[in-house]
Amino acid sequence: MLTVTNLSLRRGERLLFTTLNFQLPAGALLHVRGRNGSGKTTLLRALCGLLPIEQGDIQWRGQTLTSLAEDYYQDLFFLGHLNGIKGDLTALENLRVAGRLTHNFATEIELQTALNTIGLMNCSDLPTRILSQGQKKRVALARLIFSRAALWILDEPFTALDIEAVALVQQLITNHIKNGGSVILTTHQEVALTSGTLHQLDLTDYSPVCTNLNPIHYTTSHSDLLSC
Amino acid sequence: MLDSFICILARDLRLALRRRTEVFTALLFFIIVVSLFPLGIGNDQAILRQLGPGVVWVAALLAAMLALERLFAADYEDGSLEQLLLTPQPLAWLVFAKIIAHWLLTGLPLVIIAPLIAMQYHLSASATHTLMLTLLLGSPILSLIGAIGAALTLGLRGGGILLSLLILPLYIPVLVYGAKAVSVSSTVASAGQPYFLLLGAELLLALLLAPLAAAAALRIALE
Repeated sequence: MLTVTNLSLRRGERLLFTTLNFQLPAGALLHVRGRNGSGKTTLLRALCGLLPIEQGDIQWRGQTLTSLAEDYYQDLFFLGHLNGIKGDLTALENLRVAGRLTHNFATEIELQTALNTIGLMNCSDLPTRILSQGQKKRVALARLIFSRAALWILDEPFTALDIEAVALVQQLITNHIKNGGSVILTTHQEVALTSGTLHQLDLTDYSPVCTNLNPIHYTTSHSDLLSC
Repeated sequence: MLDSFICILARDLRLALRRRTEVFTALLFFIIVVSLFPLGIGNDQAILRQLGPGVVWVAALLAAMLALERLFAADYEDGSLEQLLLTPQPLAWLVFAKIIAHWLLTGLPLVIIAPLIAMQYHLSASATHTLMLTLLLGSPILSLIGAIGAALTLGLRGGGILLSLLILPLYIPVLVYGAKAVSVSSTVASAGQPYFLLLGAELLLALLLAPLAAAAALRIALE
């Protein structure tokens, strides 16, 4: 359960949004929306504890991020705009390093399966720098398959992916939610969810320019297929 | 925790083996600079013996500086550094692994090549011995202190120049102790001892504080 209370964030001189409140229970997906530059990435990075908070509080399972420190990262999976893979290592080596560092002792078979699932078995022994953008993204996303983190924070996970891969990632997200995990993502694409709840958060509503003090309104729904 | 240390160390060494040119630049630079002096000064043994320790140490300092900029830059650019910050490990510990890998690739080769360098300056056996020992004690300090500078200047434009301005003053004690130890031990073999102790003390201090400081600087760099 992630709880955000009264959050304000600043990027340089500019105040991005103020008094943001939301709760993300287990088994739910939060789709963060907003126009370019509204602070989606900044919000996600703040939720990861990478940015100092201007005002307010972020709590994970009742404890603030600062008091949790490294323990929080046991439960967190983050994928930002950068893939975080080394170009001189092969896809398999990249996954092996990621597995060892996140403390989940993924076996060699699990890693192979992850690569297989994401459709990179043919290029598993090539250095990732010669792969295409989409394939690099797939390597980064393959970590999702063997991740044991409860909270996934994904910044634009669908960019550069083909239709097939988008469907696969959506399936992974759905399974994760079904197993009681939480997901926060930003995307300009449609998000389909077959189980669990889908929350939406539009950052434009919290922009200080509007000076509106309307209460939080995100739509909650349990429908079979939701488009947003 | 040891596993994550070994993981980062092995990863960085493996990456270096696949990018050999970057690794050997520092070593080649060191060899070339040190070899230029005897050519420029001439073959007067007494003068070379006197200049040798200082020249070798200055060259070692500059060679260490040369490789520093890349210490965190590659990880910063491809997003691996962000992922390192988000692993359930103390960041200072992972940074320490990166510094050790950096030292193994840029510092240790200087220690190994030192006897050959000493021959160019006609250093005595005991002075050569001292030179290797001081480099062994001093070069990790260069990597450790340098890591703080590299982390502080990460992502800045013109970071290279700033890095030199920031770090070279902090290198001065290492240079003074290292060069002095070699020059005094060429007359009396055991006279270098106080300098060894000073270098050792500085190494311990750097081992303790540098990874913590570099980790804090990295967190700021990634904000």
